[in-house]
Amino acid sequence: MSTVFIAFQTNETSRGIVEAIEEDNPAAVVNEQPAMVKVDAPGSMTIRRSTIEEKLGRRFDLQEMHVHLITLSGHIDESDDEFNLSWKQ
Amino acid sequence: MQIDLRTVTIKPIRQTFTHIADRIGPGKSASRYQEATLNVQADANFHYRPTWDQDHEIFDASRSALVMADWYSFKDPRQYYYATYTIARARMQETAEADFDFIERRGLADTFNGAAARKALDVLVPLRHVAWGSNMNNSSICAYGYGTAFTAPCIFQAMDQLGIAQYLTRVGLLFGDAGTLDEAKQAWLSDAAWQELRRYVEDTLVVQDPVELFVAQNLVLDGLLYPLVYEKFDAALTAEAGPTVSMLLRFQADWFAETSRWVDATIKTAAAESAANAELLNRWVGAWRDRAAKALGPVMEMALGAEAPAALADVVTAFDARAAKCGLAI
Repeated sequence: MSTVFIAFQTNETSRGIVEAIEEDNPAAVVNEQPAMVKVDAPGSMTIRRSTIEEKLGRRFDLQEMHVHLITLSGHIDESDDEFNLSWKQ
Repeated sequence: MQIDLRTVTIKPIRQTFTHIADRIGPGKSASRYQEATLNVQADANFHYRPTWDQDHEIFDASRSALVMADWYSFKDPRQYYYATYTIARARMQETAEADFDFIERRGLADTFNGAAARKALDVLVPLRHVAWGSNMNNSSICAYGYGTAFTAPCIFQAMDQLGIAQYLTRVGLLFGDAGTLDEAKQAWLSDAAWQELRRYVEDTLVVQDPVELFVAQNLVLDGLLYPLVYEKFDAALTAEAGPTVSMLLRFQADWFAETSRWVDATIKTAAAESAANAELLNRWVGAWRDRAAKALGPVMEMALGAEAPAALADVVTAFDARAAKCGLAI
Protein backbone atom coordinates (compact mmCIF):
# COMPACT_ATOMS: atom_id res chain seq x y z
CA MET A 1 0.00 0.00 0.00
CA SER A 2 1.33 3.41 -0.91
CA THR A 3 1.71 6.16 1.58
CA VAL A 4 -0.03 9.52 1.45
CA PHE A 5 1.42 12.47 3.32
CA ILE A 6 0.77 16.07 4.19
CA ALA A 7 3.17 18.64 5.63
CA PHE A 8 2.47 21.87 7.51
CA GLN A 9 4.50 24.73 8.86
CA THR A 10 4.91 24.36 12.61
CA ASN A 11 2.62 26.83 14.34
CA GLU A 12 -0.29 27.05 16.79
CA THR A 13 -2.95 26.27 14.22
CA SER A 14 -1.16 23.39 12.56
CA ARG A 15 -0.63 21.84 16.00
CA GLY A 16 -4.40 21.47 16.30
CA ILE A 17 -4.69 20.16 12.75
CA VAL A 18 -2.00 17.55 13.34
CA GLU A 19 -3.59 16.47 16.63
CA ALA A 20 -6.87 16.05 14.80
CA ILE A 21 -5.24 13.98 12.07
CA GLU A 22 -3.58 11.75 14.67
CA GLU A 23 -6.92 11.18 16.38
CA ASP A 24 -8.85 10.42 13.20
CA ASN A 25 -6.12 8.31 11.60
CA PRO A 26 -4.61 5.92 14.15
CA ALA A 27 -2.14 4.61 11.55
CA ALA A 28 -0.70 8.06 10.82
CA VAL A 29 2.93 8.71 11.72
CA VAL A 30 3.93 12.22 12.73
CA ASN A 31 7.37 13.34 11.76
CA GLU A 32 8.44 16.61 13.41
CA GLN A 33 11.13 18.52 11.60
CA PRO A 34 12.54 21.97 12.14
CA ALA A 35 9.72 24.41 11.32
CA MET A 36 7.78 21.67 9.57
CA VAL A 37 5.65 18.76 10.61
CA LYS A 38 4.95 15.96 8.16
CA VAL A 39 2.28 13.32 8.64
CA ASP A 40 2.47 10.02 6.74
CA ALA A 41 -0.38 7.56 6.54
CA PRO A 42 -0.63 4.25 4.72
CA GLY A 43 -3.26 4.23 1.97
CA SER A 44 -5.42 7.16 2.93
CA MET A 45 -5.86 10.02 5.34
CA THR A 46 -8.96 11.86 6.51
CA ILE A 47 -8.91 15.37 7.94
CA ARG A 48 -12.15 16.33 9.66
CA ARG A 49 -13.28 19.87 10.32
CA SER A 50 -15.20 18.87 13.46
CA THR A 51 -12.13 17.32 15.09
CA ILE A 52 -9.97 20.33 14.26
CA GLU A 53 -12.59 22.67 15.72
CA GLU A 54 -12.60 20.65 18.92
CA LYS A 55 -8.80 20.82 19.14
CA LEU A 56 -8.58 24.53 18.38
CA GLY A 57 -11.63 25.55 20.40
CA ARG A 58 -12.99 27.71 17.61
CA ARG A 59 -14.67 27.53 14.26
CA PHE A 60 -12.46 26.39 11.42
CA ASP A 61 -12.89 26.59 7.69
CA LEU A 62 -11.01 23.73 6.02
CA GLN A 63 -9.73 26.18 3.40
CA GLU A 64 -7.84 27.88 6.22
CA MET A 65 -5.64 24.79 6.29
CA HIS A 66 -4.02 25.85 3.01
CA VAL A 67 -2.41 28.86 4.68
CA HIS A 68 -0.28 26.47 6.74
CA LEU A 69 0.15 23.77 4.12
CA ILE A 70 3.60 23.12 2.66
CA THR A 71 3.04 20.06 0.52
CA LEU A 72 1.03 16.89 0.19
CA SER A 73 0.81 13.74 -1.89
CA GLY A 74 -2.24 11.72 -2.91
CA HIS A 75 -5.49 12.37 -4.69
CA ILE A 76 -7.62 14.97 -2.99
CA ASP A 77 -11.31 14.66 -2.31
CA GLU A 78 -12.59 17.58 -0.30
CA SER A 79 -15.89 18.88 1.03
CA ASP A 80 -16.79 21.50 3.61
CA ASP A 81 -16.46 18.92 6.38
CA GLU A 82 -13.71 16.57 5.25
CA PHE A 83 -10.46 16.60 3.37
CA ASN A 84 -9.44 13.16 2.10
CA LEU A 85 -6.12 12.04 0.71
CA SER A 86 -5.81 8.66 -0.97
CA TRP A 87 -4.35 6.85 -3.96
CA LYS A 88 -7.16 5.99 -6.32
CA GLN A 89 -6.78 2.98 -8.66
CA MET B 1 38.72 26.00 -0.92
CA GLN B 2 35.31 24.46 -0.95
CA ILE B 3 32.57 25.17 1.50
CA ASP B 4 29.85 22.59 1.99
CA LEU B 5 26.55 23.85 3.25
CA ARG B 6 24.60 21.41 5.28
CA THR B 7 21.67 21.52 7.63
CA VAL B 8 22.18 20.47 11.20
CA THR B 9 19.08 19.51 13.11
CA ILE B 10 19.24 20.45 16.74
CA LYS B 11 16.72 18.49 18.72
CA PRO B 12 15.57 20.49 21.74
CA ILE B 13 16.05 18.70 25.05
CA ARG B 14 12.72 19.96 26.36
CA GLN B 15 9.55 20.78 24.49
CA THR B 16 7.98 22.86 27.24
CA PHE B 17 8.29 23.95 30.89
CA THR B 18 8.71 21.24 33.49
CA HIS B 19 5.50 22.11 35.32
CA ILE B 20 3.58 21.71 32.04
CA ALA B 21 5.40 18.49 31.12
CA ASP B 22 4.38 17.13 34.54
CA ARG B 23 0.82 17.18 33.26
CA ILE B 24 0.91 16.47 29.56
CA GLY B 25 3.84 14.06 29.62
CA PRO B 26 7.48 14.55 28.61
CA GLY B 27 8.52 15.09 24.99
CA LYS B 28 5.23 16.66 23.95
CA SER B 29 4.92 20.24 22.85
CA ALA B 30 2.27 22.24 24.68
CA SER B 31 -0.26 24.63 23.21
CA ARG B 32 -0.18 28.28 24.31
CA TYR B 33 -3.43 27.71 26.19
CA GLN B 34 -1.84 24.87 28.15
CA GLU B 35 1.27 26.90 28.90
CA ALA B 36 -0.80 29.82 30.15
CA THR B 37 -3.07 27.64 32.26
CA LEU B 38 -1.70 24.36 33.63
CA ASN B 39 -0.14 24.47 37.10
CA VAL B 40 -0.04 28.25 37.06
CA GLN B 41 -1.92 28.59 40.36
CA ALA B 42 0.48 29.66 43.12
CA ASP B 43 0.28 27.12 45.92
CA ALA B 44 3.54 27.07 47.85
CA ASN B 45 5.79 29.20 50.07
CA PHE B 46 3.05 31.21 51.71
CA HIS B 47 4.35 31.31 55.27
CA TYR B 48 1.36 32.88 56.92
CA ARG B 49 -2.35 32.63 56.60
CA PRO B 50 -4.08 35.87 55.61
CA THR B 51 -5.01 38.01 58.61
CA TRP B 52 -8.48 38.53 57.12
CA ASP B 53 -9.24 34.81 56.95
CA GLN B 54 -7.38 32.66 59.43
CA ASP B 55 -9.20 29.47 58.48
CA HIS B 56 -7.82 29.35 54.97
CA GLU B 57 -4.59 29.67 53.06
CA ILE B 58 -4.40 32.65 50.68
CA PHE B 59 -5.28 30.36 47.79
CA ASP B 60 -7.36 27.57 49.19
CA ALA B 61 -9.53 25.07 47.37
CA SER B 62 -11.53 24.45 50.55
CA ARG B 63 -13.22 27.86 50.19
CA SER B 64 -15.70 25.96 48.03
CA ALA B 65 -17.85 23.08 49.19
CA LEU B 66 -17.25 21.52 45.80
CA VAL B 67 -14.45 18.95 45.99
CA MET B 68 -12.21 18.33 43.02
CA ALA B 69 -9.33 15.87 43.04
CA ASP B 70 -7.70 18.08 40.43
CA TRP B 71 -8.84 21.63 39.75
CA TYR B 72 -7.06 21.48 36.42
CA SER B 73 -9.55 18.96 35.07
CA PHE B 74 -11.59 22.02 34.05
CA LYS B 75 -10.95 22.97 30.48
CA ASP B 76 -12.10 26.01 28.57
CA PRO B 77 -13.36 24.69 25.21
CA ARG B 78 -12.60 28.13 23.73
CA GLN B 79 -8.97 27.74 24.90
CA TYR B 80 -8.79 31.36 25.99
CA TYR B 81 -5.64 32.87 27.36
CA TYR B 82 -4.77 36.54 27.07
CA ALA B 83 -3.95 36.61 23.34
CA THR B 84 -6.81 34.45 22.03
CA TYR B 85 -9.28 36.21 24.32
CA THR B 86 -8.31 39.73 23.27
CA ILE B 87 -8.24 38.81 19.58
CA ALA B 88 -11.70 37.23 19.78
CA ARG B 89 -13.16 40.22 21.65
CA ALA B 90 -11.48 42.77 19.39
CA ARG B 91 -13.25 41.15 16.46
CA MET B 92 -16.62 41.23 18.20
CA GLN B 93 -16.06 44.81 19.26
CA GLU B 94 -15.25 45.88 15.72
CA THR B 95 -18.60 44.49 14.58
CA ALA B 96 -20.43 46.17 17.45
CA GLU B 97 -18.76 49.53 16.79
CA ALA B 98 -19.72 49.28 13.12
CA ASP B 99 -23.33 48.61 14.17
CA PHE B 100 -23.44 51.65 16.45
CA ASP B 101 -21.79 53.72 13.76
CA PHE B 102 -24.39 52.60 11.21
CA ILE B 103 -27.31 53.53 13.47
CA GLU B 104 -25.77 56.88 14.41
CA ARG B 105 -24.80 57.92 10.90
CA ARG B 106 -28.25 57.22 9.49
CA GLY B 107 -30.04 58.75 12.46
CA LEU B 108 -32.05 55.56 12.93
CA ALA B 109 -32.40 56.12 16.66
CA ASP B 110 -34.32 59.36 16.09
CA THR B 111 -36.80 57.80 13.70
CA PHE B 112 -37.38 54.73 15.90
CA ASN B 113 -40.93 54.29 17.18
CA GLY B 114 -41.22 56.43 20.33
CA ALA B 115 -43.17 53.98 22.49
CA ALA B 116 -40.88 51.09 21.55
CA ALA B 117 -37.81 53.23 22.27
CA ARG B 118 -39.20 54.09 25.71
CA LYS B 119 -39.76 50.41 26.44
CA ALA B 120 -36.27 49.49 25.22
CA LEU B 121 -34.76 52.12 27.53
CA ASP B 122 -36.88 51.00 30.49
CA VAL B 123 -35.81 47.38 30.11
CA LEU B 124 -32.25 47.62 28.86
CA VAL B 125 -30.61 50.51 30.68
CA PRO B 126 -31.11 49.27 34.27
CA LEU B 127 -29.52 45.99 33.15
CA ARG B 128 -26.17 47.78 33.19
CA HIS B 129 -26.32 47.44 36.97
CA VAL B 130 -26.88 43.68 36.61
CA ALA B 131 -23.85 43.48 34.33
CA TRP B 132 -21.79 45.41 36.85
CA GLY B 133 -22.89 42.94 39.54
CA SER B 134 -21.65 40.13 37.34
CA ASN B 135 -18.36 41.96 36.91
CA MET B 136 -17.97 42.06 40.70
CA ASN B 137 -19.04 38.43 41.09
CA ASN B 138 -16.70 37.05 38.46
CA SER B 139 -13.81 39.07 39.91
CA SER B 140 -14.67 37.50 43.25
CA ILE B 141 -14.70 33.97 41.79
CA CYS B 142 -11.33 34.66 40.23
CA ALA B 143 -9.93 36.01 43.52
CA TYR B 144 -11.20 33.29 45.84
CA GLY B 145 -11.50 30.31 43.50
CA TYR B 146 -8.74 27.79 43.05
CA GLY B 147 -6.86 26.63 39.94
CA THR B 148 -6.11 28.78 36.91
CA ALA B 149 -8.20 26.57 34.61
CA PHE B 150 -11.25 27.55 36.65
CA THR B 151 -10.41 31.13 37.64
CA ALA B 152 -8.76 32.67 34.56
CA PRO B 153 -11.86 32.52 32.32
CA CYS B 154 -13.80 34.21 35.15
CA ILE B 155 -11.73 37.37 34.91
CA PHE B 156 -12.34 37.38 31.17
CA GLN B 157 -16.03 37.02 31.97
CA ALA B 158 -15.75 39.94 34.39
CA MET B 159 -14.23 42.16 31.69
CA ASP B 160 -16.90 41.09 29.22
CA GLN B 161 -19.64 42.11 31.61
CA LEU B 162 -18.04 45.52 32.02
CA GLY B 163 -18.11 45.81 28.23
CA ILE B 164 -21.76 44.78 28.16
CA ALA B 165 -22.58 47.42 30.77
CA GLN B 166 -20.90 49.98 28.52
CA TYR B 167 -22.83 48.88 25.45
CA LEU B 168 -26.10 49.12 27.40
CA THR B 169 -25.08 52.59 28.54
CA ARG B 170 -24.45 53.60 24.94
CA VAL B 171 -27.88 52.34 23.92
CA GLY B 172 -29.26 54.58 26.69
CA LEU B 173 -27.30 57.59 25.42
CA LEU B 174 -28.22 56.92 21.79
CA PHE B 175 -31.98 56.72 22.38
CA GLY B 176 -32.04 59.12 25.33
CA ASP B 177 -29.55 61.45 27.00
CA ALA B 178 -27.41 61.58 30.15
CA GLY B 179 -30.59 61.95 32.22
CA THR B 180 -31.77 58.56 30.93
CA LEU B 181 -28.99 56.88 32.88
CA ASP B 182 -30.00 58.62 36.11
CA GLU B 183 -33.64 57.66 35.57
CA ALA B 184 -32.60 54.05 34.98
CA LYS B 185 -30.58 54.08 38.18
CA GLN B 186 -33.58 55.43 40.08
CA ALA B 187 -35.74 52.69 38.55
CA TRP B 188 -33.15 50.10 39.58
CA LEU B 189 -33.10 51.46 43.13
CA SER B 190 -36.78 52.06 43.75
CA ASP B 191 -39.03 50.81 40.95
CA ALA B 192 -41.00 47.78 42.19
CA ALA B 193 -40.36 45.78 38.99
CA TRP B 194 -36.60 45.74 39.58
CA GLN B 195 -36.44 45.08 43.31
CA GLU B 196 -36.48 41.26 43.22
CA LEU B 197 -33.73 41.23 40.60
CA ARG B 198 -31.74 43.79 42.58
CA ARG B 199 -32.09 41.62 45.68
CA TYR B 200 -30.81 38.63 43.69
CA VAL B 201 -27.80 40.58 42.41
CA GLU B 202 -26.99 42.06 45.81
CA ASP B 203 -27.35 38.70 47.54
CA THR B 204 -24.93 37.11 45.10
CA LEU B 205 -22.40 39.86 45.88
CA VAL B 206 -21.93 38.33 49.34
CA VAL B 207 -21.90 34.63 48.40
CA GLN B 208 -18.65 33.28 49.84
CA ASP B 209 -18.37 29.98 48.00
CA PRO B 210 -16.76 30.68 44.60
CA VAL B 211 -18.38 27.73 42.84
CA GLU B 212 -21.82 28.51 44.25
CA LEU B 213 -21.32 32.06 43.02
CA PHE B 214 -20.34 30.70 39.61
CA VAL B 215 -23.58 28.71 39.52
CA ALA B 216 -25.76 31.60 40.74
CA GLN B 217 -24.25 34.13 38.34
CA ASN B 218 -22.89 32.50 35.20
CA LEU B 219 -25.12 29.46 34.92
CA VAL B 220 -28.45 30.50 36.42
CA LEU B 221 -28.86 34.29 36.22
CA ASP B 222 -27.16 34.71 32.84
CA GLY B 223 -28.75 31.47 31.65
CA LEU B 224 -32.25 32.88 32.20
CA LEU B 225 -31.68 36.61 31.71
CA TYR B 226 -29.92 36.46 28.34
CA PRO B 227 -32.44 34.25 26.50
CA LEU B 228 -35.28 36.36 27.95
CA VAL B 229 -33.87 39.76 27.11
CA TYR B 230 -31.71 39.11 24.06
CA GLU B 231 -33.98 36.57 22.37
CA LYS B 232 -37.56 37.03 23.58
CA PHE B 233 -37.59 40.77 24.26
CA ASP B 234 -35.36 41.46 21.27
CA ALA B 235 -37.74 39.52 19.00
CA ALA B 236 -40.81 41.29 20.42
CA LEU B 237 -39.20 44.71 19.94
CA THR B 238 -38.14 43.87 16.40
CA ALA B 239 -41.65 42.71 15.54
CA GLU B 240 -43.07 45.91 16.97
CA ALA B 241 -40.71 48.54 15.59
CA GLY B 242 -38.00 47.05 13.41
CA PRO B 243 -34.48 45.73 14.05
CA THR B 244 -32.68 48.95 15.06
CA VAL B 245 -32.26 48.05 18.73
CA SER B 246 -31.61 44.42 17.86
CA MET B 247 -28.50 45.47 15.93
CA LEU B 248 -27.16 47.17 19.03
CA LEU B 249 -27.61 44.02 21.11
CA ARG B 250 -25.66 41.75 18.81
CA PHE B 251 -22.59 41.68 21.07
CA GLN B 252 -24.58 40.33 24.01
CA ALA B 253 -26.35 37.69 21.93
CA ASP B 254 -23.12 36.41 20.34
CA TRP B 255 -21.31 36.62 23.64
CA PHE B 256 -23.90 34.54 25.48
CA ALA B 257 -23.78 31.78 22.86
CA GLU B 258 -19.99 31.69 23.13
CA THR B 259 -19.59 31.82 26.92
CA SER B 260 -22.34 29.23 27.47
CA ARG B 261 -20.02 26.63 25.96
CA TRP B 262 -17.47 27.34 28.65
CA VAL B 263 -20.03 27.48 31.49
CA ASP B 264 -21.52 24.16 30.36
CA ALA B 265 -18.13 22.48 30.10
CA THR B 266 -17.22 23.68 33.61
CA ILE B 267 -20.47 22.46 35.18
CA LYS B 268 -20.25 19.18 33.31
CA THR B 269 -16.73 18.51 34.59
CA ALA B 270 -17.67 19.39 38.17
CA ALA B 271 -20.84 17.25 38.14
CA ALA B 272 -19.06 14.26 36.60
CA GLU B 273 -16.35 14.33 39.30
CA SER B 274 -18.45 12.69 42.04
CA ALA B 275 -22.01 12.01 43.18
CA ALA B 276 -21.51 14.43 46.08
CA ASN B 277 -20.58 17.22 43.66
CA ALA B 278 -23.56 16.51 41.45
CA GLU B 279 -25.83 16.55 44.49
CA LEU B 280 -24.38 19.88 45.64
CA LEU B 281 -24.71 21.44 42.19
CA ASN B 282 -28.29 20.21 41.86
CA ARG B 283 -29.17 21.88 45.13
CA TRP B 284 -27.50 25.17 44.19
CA VAL B 285 -28.93 25.26 40.68
CA GLY B 286 -32.43 24.37 41.89
CA ALA B 287 -32.50 27.03 44.61
CA TRP B 288 -30.97 29.84 42.52
CA ARG B 289 -33.06 28.99 39.48
CA ASP B 290 -36.31 29.42 41.40
CA ARG B 291 -35.12 32.72 42.84
CA ALA B 292 -33.93 33.99 39.44
CA ALA B 293 -37.17 33.01 37.70
CA LYS B 294 -39.12 34.85 40.39
CA ALA B 295 -36.86 37.90 40.16
CA LEU B 296 -37.13 38.10 36.38
CA GLY B 297 -40.92 37.79 36.39
CA PRO B 298 -41.77 41.48 37.01
CA VAL B 299 -39.05 42.68 34.62
CA MET B 300 -40.42 40.48 31.86
CA GLU B 301 -43.93 41.67 32.67
CA MET B 302 -42.71 45.17 31.85
CA ALA B 303 -40.91 43.97 28.72
CA LEU B 304 -43.37 41.54 27.19
CA GLY B 305 -46.69 42.30 28.87
CA ALA B 306 -49.19 39.47 28.63
CA GLU B 307 -46.73 37.14 26.93
CA ALA B 308 -44.30 37.27 29.85
CA PRO B 309 -45.39 34.12 31.76
CA ALA B 310 -45.28 31.96 28.61
CA ALA B 311 -41.85 33.32 27.64
CA LEU B 312 -40.51 32.75 31.14
CA ALA B 313 -41.86 29.18 31.26
CA ASP B 314 -40.30 28.58 27.85
CA VAL B 315 -36.89 29.79 28.91
CA VAL B 316 -36.97 27.88 32.21
CA THR B 317 -37.80 24.66 30.33
CA ALA B 318 -34.91 25.28 27.94
CA PHE B 319 -32.66 26.00 30.93
CA ASP B 320 -33.63 22.71 32.61
CA ALA B 321 -32.82 20.86 29.40
CA ARG B 322 -29.44 22.62 29.27
CA ALA B 323 -28.74 21.68 32.90
CA ALA B 324 -29.71 18.06 32.21
CA LYS B 325 -27.21 18.02 29.34
CA CYS B 326 -24.52 19.10 31.80
CA GLY B 327 -25.32 16.04 33.94
CA LEU B 328 -27.54 17.76 36.51
CA ALA B 329 -30.93 16.55 37.70
CA ILE B 330 -32.76 19.43 39.35
